[in-house]
Amino acid sequence: MEITPLGDSALLIRVAENFDDAPEASLNKVLTANRSLGVAKIPGTIEVAPAYTTVALFYDSTRAIEAGAPAHDVVGWLDQRIREALSGVKLNAVSRFGQSPIEIPVCYDKEFGFDLEDVARHTGLDPKEVVGLHSGARYRVHCLGFTGGFAFLGGLPRGLATPRRDVPRKEIPAGSVAIGGKQTGIYPIKSPAGWNVIGRTPRQLFDPKKNPPVLLQAGDRVQFRQITREEFEESMS
Amino acid sequence: MNASAIRAGFLTSVQDLGRTGFREFGVSVSGALDTHALRVANLLAGNDESAAGLELTFGGLRLRFADDRIVVWCGGEFKASVGPISLEAGHPALVRAGEEVSIGSPALGCRAWLAISGGIDVPLVLGSRAVDLRAGFGGLNGRPLRDGEEFSLGKNPPRAKALIDKLNTERIAPWKPPHDWSNPAQRAPTLRYIRGTDSDRFAESARQLFSSESFFVSPDSDRMGIRLDGPVLERNENADLLSEAVAPGTVQVPPNGKPILLLNDCQTIGGYPKIANVITIDLPIANQLCPGDRVRFAESSIRDAHALLLERERHLEQFRLGLESHFE
Repeated sequence: MEITPLGDSALLIRVAENFDDAPEASLNKVLTANRSLGVAKIPGTIEVAPAYTTVALFYDSTRAIEAGAPAHDVVGWLDQRIREALSGVKLNAVSRFGQSPIEIPVCYDKEFGFDLEDVARHTGLDPKEVVGLHSGARYRVHCLGFTGGFAFLGGLPRGLATPRRDVPRKEIPAGSVAIGGKQTGIYPIKSPAGWNVIGRTPRQLFDPKKNPPVLLQAGDRVQFRQITREEFEESMS
Repeated sequence: MNASAIRAGFLTSVQDLGRTGFREFGVSVSGALDTHALRVANLLAGNDESAAGLELTFGGLRLRFADDRIVVWCGGEFKASVGPISLEAGHPALVRAGEEVSIGSPALGCRAWLAISGGIDVPLVLGSRAVDLRAGFGGLNGRPLRDGEEFSLGKNPPRAKALIDKLNTERIAPWKPPHDWSNPAQRAPTLRYIRGTDSDRFAESARQLFSSESFFVSPDSDRMGIRLDGPVLERNENADLLSEAVAPGTVQVPPNGKPILLLNDCQTIGGYPKIANVITIDLPIANQLCPGDRVRFAESSIRDAHALLLERERHLEQFRLGLESHFE
């Protein structure tokens, strides 16, 4: 396990190696480590956050020093406590993270999925086949980022992989479901977008008035269900 | 509503010490780009140091209050005034009901923080009053202040009331914080950094260029990051990495080789290699940089960075104790 400083106020803890070789195992390791570090409440910790193979621990060095860390080696002191917190933890433990998938209804109408044709062209599939494959697969949230609640989903059928757009769109609507490389995701808020938009969900992915503010969390399993335009409008009202 | 913005200025937003605890959900930290300046201004105004204030970019703000308030501002070299009296950075001033506070344009730097006694009374969203401009929530309706907009201030705390009585005739207090706290902007500064986690992903020549050459601030800089023009920093490999955490101060290098110094509204994760992280204590200098300004970088150590933060925190504690007598 490698622990490296990200500036003077965070440490990056590398828990897994190659994510793509074993996404399930890597994710379980990282989420378990994240949870253990959250529970450990190492003095000076501000928060912890997972991303693919790493957990970031954000800290306040002055608070750590007040709690007993030597002023000349706060990093060494934190490093030791992080290793202690993770030493008894079975990082390879079987997943305890939401086994039953969260269903996301998606309307794949061309009006919403304005890049569906492009994805079909790139993949050599019929748009209907793209939709069939996309809504037929099972996904897992690998990471949240980009904007609050944006879930990077792994598990995209290989045949659907489509590179990001050369020129990102300046703004796409909230709920847009898109493909970027080997991943798929949902834009929680209206934002610029480099991914290929293939549909839209009426579900709200990010709500800052709630805690947690997100519908999907890292580790969650996800499935898309195709809905009609009428169903979309109904659930919006 | 007991405050109104006659003019909102170029970009004025409600900020506090930031939103932590939600990075795992992709929520940016937001908050004042110079939290130290806001803490100092708040303490001088008789507020709790975490009270919400206004962050101004390029000034242009004119405010009026419905009752008497103490105001304090810290930041770049701005021309500010209360009614006809000019107001220097760091000095607490009494603003009478109906009187105008104005902060003009800067001669040096680009940002200022204005603390108003009672703080800006907007709801806490995910534990903070700071606006998240990218996601559009928090602060005043999730966006910057607008011309003519009215907003609410909290009640004057007892310390501010004591100060209002005290400044009844002199109006502006003679005391102020250390100069580099109230006026952090510098001309062509050198920012200290710690080597980035990916610094070995850059050619040796790129690392040398970074620590020896000048860079210039690009006009498309904002609260997400300061984009820098200058020598192109070549990466050893051109593939982007698996995303991992980034933080304010991280200097990441996209494929075009032009570094970006990330600030508080940055994303929580990023896949560009990181050549450096500017130390926290130098970020108040960094965020005063204007388009066209020159900046250099010099390597430092984590140990020094922590020592400087500890020293400043101790000085702030002494400063806080020293202020007590003014609030009696």
